[in-house]
Amino acid sequence: MSKILKYRFLIARRFTQLLILGLYIAAHVYGVKILEGNLSSSLFLGTIPLADPFALLQIFATGAVVTMDVIVGAVIIALFYAVIGGRAFCAWVCPVNMVTDLANWLRRKLALDKVERKVWLGRNVRYWVLGLTFVISAITGLAAFEIVSPIGILQRGVVFGMGMGGAAVLSIFFFDLFAVKNGWCGHVCPLGGFYATIGKYSLIRVQHDQPSCTLCMRCKEICPEKPVLGIIGKHSGAITMGECINCGRCIEVCEDNALSFGVRSYIKQHG
Amino acid sequence: MKTTKQPITERRKFITLMAQSVGLSALGGMVWTGYIEEAKAAPLLLRPPGARPEKEFLSMCIKCGQCVSACPFDTLHLAKPGDQKPIGTPYFIPREIPCYMCTDIPCVPVCPTGALDEELVSVIEDGQKRLEIEKARMGVAVVDIESCIAYWGIQCDACYRACPVLDSAIYLEYRRNERTGKHAYLIPIVNSDACTGCGLCERACVTEKPAIFVRPHEIAQGNIGKHYIKGWDSADESRIDAIKGLEPTVTKRSEQAPQDYLNAGGLFDE
Repeated sequence: MSKILKYRFLIARRFTQLLILGLYIAAHVYGVKILEGNLSSSLFLGTIPLADPFALLQIFATGAVVTMDVIVGAVIIALFYAVIGGRAFCAWVCPVNMVTDLANWLRRKLALDKVERKVWLGRNVRYWVLGLTFVISAITGLAAFEIVSPIGILQRGVVFGMGMGGAAVLSIFFFDLFAVKNGWCGHVCPLGGFYATIGKYSLIRVQHDQPSCTLCMRCKEICPEKPVLGIIGKHSGAITMGECINCGRCIEVCEDNALSFGVRSYIKQHG
Repeated sequence: MKTTKQPITERRKFITLMAQSVGLSALGGMVWTGYIEEAKAAPLLLRPPGARPEKEFLSMCIKCGQCVSACPFDTLHLAKPGDQKPIGTPYFIPREIPCYMCTDIPCVPVCPTGALDEELVSVIEDGQKRLEIEKARMGVAVVDIESCIAYWGIQCDACYRACPVLDSAIYLEYRRNERTGKHAYLIPIVNSDACTGCGLCERACVTEKPAIFVRPHEIAQGNIGKHYIKGWDSADESRIDAIKGLEPTVTKRSEQAPQDYLNAGGLFDE
């Protein structure tokens, strides 16, 4: 029981990630129409459109004019993450998260972390890729990230057939395992950069209670976006950086109750 | 010689880092663009009914697969890595499963972006918009007359019978078989104005590799251009009027009599 409690967010995240994929499969294969389509664009309960706002912006960048359905869908999703979830997509929905988490777990088990390789890859690369996505979309007339996205390849593959997509997923896995720690999700992926940008002012935030902190640094060890935990041990308050994916791993590993989820306006800053 | 060590200022560091980032982005961007230009070149692809012209379709399709799910015959596939087609976009292979031309066209209204456009497969009837699958132009059937056994004189009308727009999209032309002197050729002819490109003919074709096959219009069809007009066809002749910047040449008739013209000199003057 305590073990479940210790991994409560991890279990909940795997549940939502698999549930969403499962609903897509149920709709496509068995005709159970709760959630149709895929993460690019879908229809919830046969009425509510949902769409990937980043994909839609790329389509706009190509100069195409689209119908209202997808615009409404993208606004719903964008508002949800901007107001409530922050960058939660990455931790709670994106299937690539399961791949990179596995790579990261293996990294820790095999102690690959201990021998640091010097690979230059900044965490801001994703914002350059993000900008580049729009430029290339405009040049080629094609949603540039969507045609190479390993997220798309994986999530479409699970529902509609994988083909050679396994190679792309395996590449991400090896990149994260051997090349750069949290390489894909934490450095390169422009979708992560996109959600980090629009989710910066969301309500749900991890909060830190500095007086309870014993500076064990387990949270920083587990955190896939280490720089967001800059305030640990320094002062209480909310983790305000947009890059935080609200995965809650830091809360789970903290044995001093110094971390928890909170709502932004209720979190006392700099206490 | 004494060298003074220039301290690297914050400003200098920032500018250098920015320049590096821009340079790397340009490098990555060129590779990325090159890949996309290669990846989107798949001209033999057949799209679902109501698909906009390929270029527009490619930019609008969000790769959600809702058309694929909606198809009751599993005709449509979503291009996977390794299919060598623009990834995540819907297509079909008629020889495997053709488009059965559902009258309610379930694959089109589900498209969230309008890459599959209802307007392209609808007609207005009594002020009411109604879906009409026969308006679909997924491609056009082409007959390879060398491998079509009907051209040998063997009676085969498999494609003709399979066609959902029978006698309009494919019709049989009767010709005398000079070889036997007493039989007829029953030659399948495709009418590109009526062919939807559903591919039922391709599916039905009895030859090992189909002798009738669907290709996108841009691949299968030529283009006469505006300079050839059927002078004997008043409907075709009206095309002249539609052409802008192509004024008919009007030569002013000479007012002189022919002999005056010849005698006035000037013809043989040097």
